[in-house]
Amino acid sequence: MITIAFFKAAIIAGTPLLFATLGEIITEKSGHLNLGVEGMMLMGAIIGFQVGYSTNSPLLALLFAAIAGAFGALIYAFLTVSLRANQVVSGLALTIFGTGFAGFVGKSLVGMKMTDEFNYFFRDLKIPGLGDIPYLGEILFNHDIFVYLGYVTAIILGLYLYNTGKGLNLRAIGENPAAADAASIPITKYKYLHILLGGALCGLGGAYLSLAYVPVWQENITAGRGWIAVALVIFAGWNPYKAIIGAFLFGGLDIIGFRLQGTAIAISQYVFDMAPYVATIVILVIVSFRKSKKNAPPKALSEPYFREER
Amino acid sequence: MKRVLTILLSITLVLALAVGCSQAPDQGQDQQEKMKIGFVYIGSATDAGYTYAHDQGRLMLEQELGDRVETVIKENVPETQECEKVMTDMIDQGCKVIFANSFGFQEYVKRVAEANPEIIFLHCSGSIQGPNYSNYFGSIEEARYLSGIVAGMKTQTNKIGYVAAYNIPEVIRGINAFTLGVRSVNPEAVVKVMWTNTWFDPAKEKDAAVALLDQGVDIIAQHQDTTGPQVAAEERGCWSIGYNADMSNAAPKAYMTAPLWNWGAYYVEAVKSIMDGTWTNEPYWGTMKDGLIDLAPLTEVAPEGAQEAVTKIQDQMKAGSFDVFAGPLKDQSGQVVVPEGSTVSLEDQLAMKWFVEGVEGKID
Repeated sequence: MITIAFFKAAIIAGTPLLFATLGEIITEKSGHLNLGVEGMMLMGAIIGFQVGYSTNSPLLALLFAAIAGAFGALIYAFLTVSLRANQVVSGLALTIFGTGFAGFVGKSLVGMKMTDEFNYFFRDLKIPGLGDIPYLGEILFNHDIFVYLGYVTAIILGLYLYNTGKGLNLRAIGENPAAADAASIPITKYKYLHILLGGALCGLGGAYLSLAYVPVWQENITAGRGWIAVALVIFAGWNPYKAIIGAFLFGGLDIIGFRLQGTAIAISQYVFDMAPYVATIVILVIVSFRKSKKNAPPKALSEPYFREER
Repeated sequence: MKRVLTILLSITLVLALAVGCSQAPDQGQDQQEKMKIGFVYIGSATDAGYTYAHDQGRLMLEQELGDRVETVIKENVPETQECEKVMTDMIDQGCKVIFANSFGFQEYVKRVAEANPEIIFLHCSGSIQGPNYSNYFGSIEEARYLSGIVAGMKTQTNKIGYVAAYNIPEVIRGINAFTLGVRSVNPEAVVKVMWTNTWFDPAKEKDAAVALLDQGVDIIAQHQDTTGPQVAAEERGCWSIGYNADMSNAAPKAYMTAPLWNWGAYYVEAVKSIMDGTWTNEPYWGTMKDGLIDLAPLTEVAPEGAQEAVTKIQDQMKAGSFDVFAGPLKDQSGQVVVPEGSTVSLEDQLAMKWFVEGVEGKID
């Protein structure tokens, strides 16, 4: 039953992954491996839901979801940039913290639902012109506003990284902070800003689940999608454009099992659950064989930078 | 000055220690009158589903027995060695009875129970039994059958979707009972099953429901712990049957009813019998007759006449004269597997691995 409905559903399933992946790409480009994606997504999801539930304003909900994600990232940034703590441990701690935080804040909201007025904001909107293209229009350009925000964010991030001076500075910091420092790029400021931006995007990814996709609050609503995003960063070769394809591909893998159940092709859902990780490993192997610089991680990734040790 | 400070601090510490020690036994004496009971939960007490239902049962226990009991809970306990630690910790806190509410805790319960013969352990949905431990569960199938009646009367496309977690006998039994209920009022209808391989993933459960709706079903039933499937039905303007709790919050225009557990009925009875010393390690299997199983009140969305049809069968269940799995039952290929006049024994129900006629789906 691979139909237009399936591809459309794959885009929706991929959108939270896309936001989280973009957030992690921008974070890692600054040389910081933040494994707290899952935690930041949950923080964004619950704060977005809480604000949306009490104010009935979708825009405020989105804003606060981003702020909540950035707040999680701020804790991480303080630990790893200012205190130069171990990045892996700090990130894992953030995931655990975020999970607990969301569970705690959301205790009285479990099973609650937004008003119809609120949900109307996230209705499917057909883009004039583009939405009329046969097949593709229905699959790509007949979605809620959040999905379009995902497309736009990915393209803006791509342009920012590869076509602006500031983006070049950021990449330089991720590759060789000492050289960037010598070129008088304000390293700490850059790192903080981009880690916070990354957190905000992760928060939005979580909010997509709680505000537009499910949209009922359930504890642990992300159910491990943050980890898929971490794998997706590698799959996409730290490239925001490729992240679009990767996110929708992984989103499709997430739901394809349901479409195949009951058809002649009976592949267990477990196989598809494994697929994102297997694909990531395969990509890792290929990249390391080709020793290509294009899809390699930032060189200074997860190494704390001490100016005095230059 | 430093020396004086050191001495002062030392004295404070010693005093603190003395105060701490002297208070502890007092508290102990207070609590001796109360029986302390531990609840090990797989999920969160506010999950609006499975664990929520158990916690409502705990609250009922506290209400009924008042001062005679004190309960402690531990939520989100994984089905790993971790739960052994949680149980040991509860024993250290003075718990005399421990309820563990998930199937996966089974072997750990057994191990801790054997190491602590003076404590009573009760495990939900398993099959272990020993001098100081046993298991409890019930025939939720009865309520599923009733909810099937509601769905069977409501459907217009004669296709009903069922979002199901894992293909274990507990879930399969539920699907069969539901389908028998559906076809008792609507022999044309079929039930399409979608496996999710998860108990708890709202987005995925919703996707599964959407995939079913894309195949033309107009009612979604579920054996899942979140409201994801309900929301999918609501968004498509279709209808739904919940599970574990009233889910009308999540889907006010779709939700019709839900099979419910009333764990309090068992918890009160079990704790009372332990207090009286009449407790035995006989496994507990509760039914609608015992008050352990119930159906949530039908909402306005439910079809006309459903209430009467449900009440008629429910009264028979409460009287103990209705058997969900009474023959003749046909399997998916149309062959009679349970002939007229016989039924599926409880033992066979607990190992059920086949679908009745009318179910569209496969057991891997």
